Amino acid sequence: MPLREIERFSISYLQVLDEKGNLDTDLEPKLSANELLRVYRAMFLAREADQRMLKLQRQGRLGTFAPCTGQEAAVCGPTLAMSPRDWFVGAFREFGGRLMRGESLAQALIYYNGYEEGNSLPASARTLPVAIPVGSQIPHAVGIAYAVKYRGEKDTAVVTFFGDGATSEGDFHEALNFASVWQAPVVFICQNNHWAISVPRGRQSHSRTLAQKAIAYDMPGVQVDGNDVLAMYRATREALDRAYAGKGPTFIEAVTYRLMMHTTADDPNKYRAEDEVKAWWERDPLVRFRRYLEGKGLWNETMQAAFEEEVRNEVEAAVKDLEGRAGFKPDAPFDYVFGTRHPVIEEERAEFLAALEKRKEAGHG
Amino acid sequence: MAKLNMVQALNLALDQEMKRDDRVLLLGEDVGVDGGVFRVTDGLHGKYGGSRVIDTPLAEAAILGSAIGMALAGLRPVAEIQFSGFSHLIAAQLECHASRYRSRSQGIWNVPLVVRMPYGGGVRALEHHSESREATFAHFPGVKVVIPSSPRNARALVVAAIRDPDPVIFMEPIRSYRAFREDVPDEEEVMEIGKAQVIREGKDLTLIAWGAMMRPTLEAATEVQASRGAAVEVIDLLTISPLDVSTIAGSVAKTGRCVVVQEAPRSFGVASEIIALINDRTLLALEAPVRRVTNYDVVTPYFGRESLYLPDAERIREAVEETLDY
Repeated sequence: MPLREIERFSISYLQVLDEKGNLDTDLEPKLSANELLRVYRAMFLAREADQRMLKLQRQGRLGTFAPCTGQEAAVCGPTLAMSPRDWFVGAFREFGGRLMRGESLAQALIYYNGYEEGNSLPASARTLPVAIPVGSQIPHAVGIAYAVKYRGEKDTAVVTFFGDGATSEGDFHEALNFASVWQAPVVFICQNNHWAISVPRGRQSHSRTLAQKAIAYDMPGVQVDGNDVLAMYRATREALDRAYAGKGPTFIEAVTYRLMMHTTADDPNKYRAEDEVKAWWERDPLVRFRRYLEGKGLWNETMQAAFEEEVRNEVEAAVKDLEGRAGFKPDAPFDYVFGTRHPVIEEERAEFLAALEKRKEAGHG
Repeated sequence: MAKLNMVQALNLALDQEMKRDDRVLLLGEDVGVDGGVFRVTDGLHGKYGGSRVIDTPLAEAAILGSAIGMALAGLRPVAEIQFSGFSHLIAAQLECHASRYRSRSQGIWNVPLVVRMPYGGGVRALEHHSESREATFAHFPGVKVVIPSSPRNARALVVAAIRDPDPVIFMEPIRSYRAFREDVPDEEEVMEIGKAQVIREGKDLTLIAWGAMMRPTLEAATEVQASRGAAVEVIDLLTISPLDVSTIAGSVAKTGRCVVVQEAPRSFGVASEIIALINDRTLLALEAPVRRVTNYDVVTPYFGRESLYLPDAERIREAVEETLDY
């Protein structure tokens, strides 16, 4: 019996605005001036805060954090496409998106200064806290999407973010499989930033695209220029509309680049070439988007200067807020072990507080 | 009131909770059409449909991972892990997330879910089907671990677990599933998680056990009572974590002697924790060292040899007698 082809698959690439500023007007999303400026401001604020936080970290005034510089479009574009009803399930490099969902800079600084107080928006914001173990939050997104479908919530879906490294994790594959079997309203966004700490994309997976991983789970997979905020918006808009219409999950590979270190704890000079980084600075998502806004007459030098001043002040105010804060309740961790109080935990709390008091009296507190 | 075995009692509890609260749903491998490999969920798929009794793909980590998402979104998922021997695959999701959302978000998010899993030996099963790993889960802060021992308390505790605001690991002793029947009231019954039960009072020695070990433990207590008139107080732990320290310490303070029976290997187990708490709270009341009757620190043997390794009434009785004679 001769072999016959029974299936054929392909992967498409989406770009709307390239690094030279060329625009595909057929694909250009119809966004209002407000929406365009909202996403630009979030991207710029994320970039500025990132750079300021880096300095604070180097001065010992902030803990370890994962800079997002270079990846602002890959997260802010999708977040612009989301409604407040949609759930945001991130990992740890979605700063701009979190700002758009309502997080304040002051709150972020509290989190990166080592306090749980900074890691959560109110539940009504439908934005989960930072999840650090790589890929482990993806199944949560699928479970939430199941709940959305189970309750028949209209025009509601879940968007989850993770990196290229996460596509090697079992949680990623199990979650995509569950989402596909359940036809759950979820959008998977892989920020392929080319580096999982020191391991390059090519050694993470032999697959030519990460988008093609969707094929095995029979869901649409698309590769998108992750530094093109208009393309990221468009791809997410389409995926969300599919999800709202009951047509199941979508996988988006956002091709972007981590211009900084993985976290402030590593030195990328050890594992990657400066030329490669330089080449990606040429594709900076902020530069091309600003040029696009200027071309539309929505932005200019004066506005930029005023905005930069505003952002600088906002960042400084957040730093001041953090450093002027009176302190954090030392025994808060005992409050949140269980939903109800338990004698063992309360006994340990008393012991902890007594030890703390003793230390204070001895002048070590 | 009906005479039910543990499988039937659990089925009754799940059915009543699903009827009462449409946020409750079941998910796991073969829990739907097949009713679970031990039939605990039998008939519920027919009654509540496939979207509430979900036959999942075969992936334990995603069963818990997606259940976490459901719980975050306001549902009350009850996940089944087919055998506790495969539960190590859920450990990362349990430790990294289920147990932490509450503290990570300072109470904004919580994860009210139940993971049911059959555990333990004595039914001549294949490798990976006979382990007792309660200590593993009990070591995760933020997780509750419950082990029933009879049809009636299994029913009342699983209801409490479903209504609990935190993740509960609910370990069901396979050996007790169909071993005996008990009167189980038709109307709702809820037991408090975190409370041990003194099921037999005595002044001479405290004998502590849980799960499938309750039967040989009670047998040993009866034998010692008959042979030498010693009044043995028997405690059924029911909740492994958080431990009911006051019931344990109160009993040992009274009797001055204690034996702990544990199906799991000896070292780093729940029995060790019980001895540590006795040391902390009532050491000076002791008239003899606290003894442990446990499995040995070996990889769970295949079933051909398992009866030689599992604690039985004879080993328990010997330990009790030696402790009384010390």
